[in-house]
Amino acid sequence: MYLTIKGLAKSFGENEVLKNIDFAIDKGKVISIIGPSGSGKTTLLRCLNTLEQPSKGLFTFEDGLTLDFSKKVNKQDLLKLRRKSGMVFQSYNLFPHKTALENVTEGPLIVQRRNKKEVTKLAKELLTKVGLKDKMDLYPNQLSGGQQQRVGIARALAIQPELMLFDEPTSALDPELIGEVLRVIKDLVNEGWTMIIVTHEIQFAAQVSDEVLFMDGGYIVEQGSPDKVIRNPQEPRTKQFLDRILNPGEY
Amino acid sequence: MSLLNSMLFSTILSADSWELFKSSLLPMITGGIKYTIPLTLIAFVVGLLLALLTAMMRISSIRIVRIPAIIYVSAVRGTPLLVQLFIVFYGLPNLDIKIDPFPSAIIAFSLNVGAYASEIIRASILSIPKGQWEAGYTIGMTRTTTLRRIILPQATRVSIPPLSNTFISLVKDTSLASLILVTELFRKAQEIAARTYEFLLLYVEAALLYWVICFLLSLIQEVIERRLEKYAAK
Ligand SMILES: Nc1ncnc2c1ncn2[C@@H]1O[C@H](COP(=O)(O)OP(=O)(O)OP(=O)(O)O)[C@@H](O)[C@H]1O
Ligand SMILES: [Mg+2]
Repeated sequence: MYLTIKGLAKSFGENEVLKNIDFAIDKGKVISIIGPSGSGKTTLLRCLNTLEQPSKGLFTFEDGLTLDFSKKVNKQDLLKLRRKSGMVFQSYNLFPHKTALENVTEGPLIVQRRNKKEVTKLAKELLTKVGLKDKMDLYPNQLSGGQQQRVGIARALAIQPELMLFDEPTSALDPELIGEVLRVIKDLVNEGWTMIIVTHEIQFAAQVSDEVLFMDGGYIVEQGSPDKVIRNPQEPRTKQFLDRILNPGEY
Repeated sequence: MSLLNSMLFSTILSADSWELFKSSLLPMITGGIKYTIPLTLIAFVVGLLLALLTAMMRISSIRIVRIPAIIYVSAVRGTPLLVQLFIVFYGLPNLDIKIDPFPSAIIAFSLNVGAYASEIIRASILSIPKGQWEAGYTIGMTRTTTLRRIILPQATRVSIPPLSNTFISLVKDTSLASLILVTELFRKAQEIAARTYEFLLLYVEAALLYWVICFLLSLIQEVIERRLEKYAAK
């Protein structure tokens, strides 16, 4: 397993929003996380990326990096954990004072201190890959939502992370722009990236995932292949959620 | 009404007055160029550096770093500028620290700008959405790098309009330096008025000169702000 997580818990004050989460992901696999609003999906992703610090939990990476959050973890290990993954936000969070190209080069250039020529070449390739070859010199406020999100994906890829995290990457988009972003993510699946995707696009999750986690109330209620969890759910809460999301008109 | 009219005409617009107005212009402008403008510029630049340092200290996660900054800002904002000037110029000699009028003014005004501008800079930093910090972290940056590369450039744009207001206020505040014997624009007006008894004429003349300076500055401010709008985040 690339990463194994055991007993992950997270509280905000009295409010325990993640409760005893266990799961593992293998290299090159795709996990989708689905579940109702407030169930803790975002918080789970953010714990993987140090944006939130877990209250408890043991993270073990296949390369040996181990973080035990029931004890005090040191800053260096946290930075190592952070640098393993790239994150794509629901609201893009592009740097408004930098062009699309500069958004993408920032990480490799400043954090990884790589050669400028090499980084520019890499960034141009990535932007071409996400279909923004002719938008590289535009600022975020000159781009549509779908284009901004594709820059966001290129920016996350540029640091060459081992793990890609997506938090509802299409939720802020107009319906006609969702497809262009999902297509880019699908390309990444085919390239063999290891990814965890929080999404409300159930059909998409069923198509691309190796495994689906259904979360509710801070627990993983059901997990398994899309055939199991999405096409043939066992838990009543999963059924109810899928029903509601697949037939929205009836509620 | 007619009494007021005739007073205004006799004091301001008589031929003698007009001569005095013209002959005072040069000394006042000289005072402005030699002292008012340098004092404003130097105090503003030094004050800004101080403000940046103070703002960094105030957003630090370490308590003992924050505390001196909080005390400094509170003390400066809680006391009159005139009193601060008097402490530096008339007060410190009691400790055998004698500083000339102009450097005294620079010290007091820099400290003053430093405190007010630090609050502007801090507020600008806090106004940048949390997502910008997080985006910096997720591409591997540390807090310091994120602050320097992502937050400060955006905060600078936010802080320029309020900082230019501080700058314009500073121009006017430098007239207080006349009270610690800096022969700046207003001190010149006072000196001539003391000699000629034409207080109204000379003080109105000084007011006009400040007005012209501030008006020109506000034009520059408008141009800068219009430029910045183009880059503002959506
Ligand atoms: N910084 C925070 N401080 C306090 N409570 C928080 C914080 N972040 C999240 N929560 C709470 O944690 C719970 C889970 O939130 P989370 O954002 O993880 O849900 P989610 O599954 O991503 O929901 P959505 O589908 O609406 O994005 C919610 O009850 C939320 O109010
Ligand atoms: Mg969420």
